[in-house]
Amino acid sequence: MDITVNHFLAVSAVLFTTGVVGIFVNRKNIIVILMAIELILLSVNLNLVAFSVFSGTITGQIFAMLVLTVAAAEAAVGLAILVVYFRNRGDIAVESVDLMKG
Amino acid sequence: MAARAVARIGADPVELIAFYILAAIVTISAVSVIAAKNPVHSVLWLILAFFTSAGLLVLIGAEFLAMLLVVVYVGAVAVLFLFVVMMLDVDFVELKQGFLSYLPFGALMGIAFIAEIALATFARGDTADNFNPYPGAETNAEAIGQVMYTDYLLLFQLSGLILLVAMIGAIVLTLRHRPHVKRQNIAKQTARRRKDATRQLDVKSGEGL
Repeated sequence: MDITVNHFLAVSAVLFTTGVVGIFVNRKNIIVILMAIELILLSVNLNLVAFSVFSGTITGQIFAMLVLTVAAAEAAVGLAILVVYFRNRGDIAVESVDLMKG
Repeated sequence: MAARAVARIGADPVELIAFYILAAIVTISAVSVIAAKNPVHSVLWLILAFFTSAGLLVLIGAEFLAMLLVVVYVGAVAVLFLFVVMMLDVDFVELKQGFLSYLPFGALMGIAFIAEIALATFARGDTADNFNPYPGAETNAEAIGQVMYTDYLLLFQLSGLILLVAMIGAIVLTLRHRPHVKRQNIAKQTARRRKDATRQLDVKSGEGL
């Protein structure tokens, strides 16, 4: 029995779902939400690389690298916003982020 | 790597066993990331998830991306998370209070997502089972380099620009000028001349100023 692309799709589906559930479950902690987003991007990367390898084209791995770049940038800016928010408010509870009453 | 063009991944049962072990670890650590009580533990589980994913990528021959995953995620992003988690002095025990009350809704969303993915996957069953990676390149990194700096040059430069903007944004967001802090004024320093700063006195011997 070989490792097929389906094996990788299953793993990254589980990772993706875990990330989405993490966003819904952790309503009080922004840091864990950011980590859940990282998990989602990781699953996307796994998918891209798996498709790239199993279809024999290198392009997917380039895309995975671009996703990696965006994930790093997003983490940096998100954490910077978090630090500023903590400095202004003194807590990082998600539920209290309703200043704009959107 | 040229031999891999005909060999199929996982023909060796060891590879299959390794895949299942790594997949189990990555699943467990991903669940632990969102379920851990202490955010520091969450970050550590996240690092384990990234490492294990890198192992999965090595398993299918994407070594360059695997190393990049370790360097970028474990080396930079996870450490950044750790710094922020430890810098923010938050009572994290209290933050976890709502976990159980949100669990049914979160679980429902998760089941819906996994059902949709399963539906979409099983709707079209056939997938490519053989492949011919990296024609004209010795290794994975070489193959990536051959296209990244030619076909995808603009995308590559754009990603550099994204990183630059993110860096400037993070600095601008977190920079603050506190009042009552003595700072260096370089223009004032270099504009200072000797006649402004010193004066000559005729001091009599045996006396002080």
